[in-house]
Amino acid sequence: MIDGSPDGVAWERASLVRVAPPVRPRKLAKVPFLELADGRLQGVVSSGSDIERVYVSSFAAGTHAFTCSTNNNRPCGGVSAQHACKHLQLLVAEATLQYGTQRVARYLRVEAPEGAELITCLRGHHEPAPAAAVFSRFLRHLAYLEVPDSTAPVPELAWFPATAVG
Amino acid sequence: MLAQQLTAMQGAPAGIDDAAELAAGFDDALVDGLARLGEEHAAAVTALAAAFAGSPLGERVAAAAAAVTAGSPSDADLVALAGARTALFGSVHDALLGTLDSALGRDRTSWPAELSPAPGRPGAALAWLRELAISGWRGVDDGLLSTAEPVIEALLTAPGRRRLAVLLDGFAGELRAGSPLATMARLPTRRWADLWCRAVLLDAAGTVGTPEPVSGRLLVLGVDVAEHATAVQVQVHGVLEPSDGGQAVLVRAAVTAAKVETITGPAVWALLRRHPVLLGVLAGRASVEVSGMPMLPGGELLWDDGCVAVGEAADPFVTARLHLAGARGAAVAPIDRHPVAIAEPVVLEGYRAVEGGFDLGGATIAVDTSRLPSCGPLTPALVKGSTACIGLLRHSADGWQLQPLAVQAKVKRALTVLSTADWALGPTDPAVQKAQAKAGDAVGVLQERAGRLLRK
Repeated sequence: MIDGSPDGVAWERASLVRVAPPVRPRKLAKVPFLELADGRLQGVVSSGSDIERVYVSSFAAGTHAFTCSTNNNRPCGGVSAQHACKHLQLLVAEATLQYGTQRVARYLRVEAPEGAELITCLRGHHEPAPAAAVFSRFLRHLAYLEVPDSTAPVPELAWFPATAVG
Repeated sequence: MLAQQLTAMQGAPAGIDDAAELAAGFDDALVDGLARLGEEHAAAVTALAAAFAGSPLGERVAAAAAAVTAGSPSDADLVALAGARTALFGSVHDALLGTLDSALGRDRTSWPAELSPAPGRPGAALAWLRELAISGWRGVDDGLLSTAEPVIEALLTAPGRRRLAVLLDGFAGELRAGSPLATMARLPTRRWADLWCRAVLLDAAGTVGTPEPVSGRLLVLGVDVAEHATAVQVQVHGVLEPSDGGQAVLVRAAVTAAKVETITGPAVWALLRRHPVLLGVLAGRASVEVSGMPMLPGGELLWDDGCVAVGEAADPFVTARLHLAGARGAAVAPIDRHPVAIAEPVVLEGYRAVEGGFDLGGATIAVDTSRLPSCGPLTPALVKGSTACIGLLRHSADGWQLQPLAVQAKVKRALTVLSTADWALGPTDPAVQKAQAKAGDAVGVLQERAGRLLRK
C-alpha cells in the first residue's frame, strides 16, 4: 500500500494507492451527516431543542454562498444576509474534523492561511436554496444501514484494504 | 516460511515489466478520455491489442482498438478492451502465484476449465462506465458523478449484483474525493483503470460456478479487513480439514456489510451482528465443525451460522504450524486474477525485526503495517516486537510483502497471541473501550436518526 503522498512515478503505476484518506472519527450526534458534493459542503444538523427537527445547511464552492433551513424549508432564525448561524458554524467545524481542513478548503476553493479557522475565511452571502435535495441525500446515506450484509465473496475489495487511522 | 523460500521468490518473473508497460499506455489514454484520443494514446491502444495477436482474443480486441481509435466504440468494444487489459494482469497474477507456490511447495487446485461465467445483464452500469471512459478522469464532473448514484442504489439491492455495487461505490467515492478532477495534482491511473476494467467485466459477465456443500473442521488462521466509505468486509482465512480425511485445504469466508464513511474503527464489528456465531468464534479463537456449508470453486465458504457447531479453542499458530506447509491452495477464478488478489497465508518465526521488515536470516521480507486495521488491536509496535507472525503474502509494485493478521508478542512479560479479529465482540483494551464510549455509538446515533426520519 502506497500512502497518500505521491512520490515518483510509482504512485501512478500502483494498483493500491490511497486516494480517499479514511475519514477521522467524530461524534455524530450534532451533525449526523455532511459531505462535499454537488459543488457544496452540505449537511444535516440536529436541532438543539427539538429531537424531531433537523436543519439542512450548506456552503457553495467558489462563491461560499450559504443557506440554512429546516428540512421543511422553514428558514433558520439564526441566519442573516451576512452571518452564518450556529448550524453552519457547526457544519464547517465538523467537516474539518471529518475530512481535514485542507480537503474542505480545496473543495470550497478557499485561500486559508496556515492555522486560520476555515469559517473566518468564508465570505459569502445568504442565498436561500431548497433543502430537499440535501435531505434526500441524507436519507439515502441512512439507507445504507438498512442494506442487508452479504456472505458472497466480493474480491474487488482487494483494492480497498482497511487501514490504521492515524 | 523460511529464508530459502523467500529467496526463491525474489526476482520478478519474466515479462512482468512488459505487461505493465502495455497496460500503462492504455491507462494513460483513460486520463483524457477515449473521445480525445491523441496519436500517442491511439498507438498505445493499438499496441495493447497487438499483444493479443494470435490469441483467441486477438481479432476481437484488434477490432475494438480500431473502433476506439476511429472514435466510435460500441459497448462490446469497451468490454473487449477491458478484457484484454484484465487478461494481461491475469497473466502477471498467474506468474507471481506460480512463483509463490513453487517456493512454498504449495499445491493448488486448478480452476475447472468447464466453468465459465454466465452472461451478465449489461445495463445502466455499463452506460455509466462508458460515459466515464469517454470523458476521461480529467473530464469527470459533479454531473457525471451524480448519475452513478441511482445506478449503484439499484445494484445494491439487486440479487447477485452486490460485487458490482460495492466496486462502483468505492470507485465513485474516490472520484468524488479527488474532485475537481480537472485540477487534481496527480491521478492514480493504474488503479482507476483497474477498477474501471473490473467493473466493465462484472457488468458483462454473470456469476461463475455453483456452491457445493462441504463438511469438516474449520481452523481460523486470521482475518483480513477491507473497507471503503460504504462497505466493510471481514474475510476469514482458515484451514478446512475435510470430514472424509482428505488433504486440508485453504479456505476463506467473508461477510460484507454496507456502512457509511463515519462508521470506522471497532464500530464496524457491530455491522456484522447478524452472524453472532462467527463473531464469537473469531473473538474466542474457537475451532468450528462445519456441516454442509456451501463452498464456491474458489475456496470461498458462504458462511452460515446455522451450518456450524462451535468446537474447542484453537490457537492460530498451532493451526499454522500444523497445516500451512501441506494445505492445498484454492483455485482462482479467471476474472479474479490480478496481482492485488494474491493473499497467501504463511507463518513466520525466528526472525529479527529490521527497519520495514523481518530478517529471516539471509533474506528480508517487507512488512506492510499500513494495512493493520483500526478495528483490531495490532499495531506497528506489536508487530515489530513480535516473535511469530501469521500473515498474508501479497505482491505490490515494490515486490513481496507480508500483511500481518496475528502475532505472538510479549504483553506485560507474558507471551500473548494477538489478532486483527480479537475485538469482534467489542474492544478488549480498556483504553479503547473508554475512547469508544467517549466518541459515542456512531451506529446507534445514525440508526436513531434513520428510525426517526427515514419512514416519514
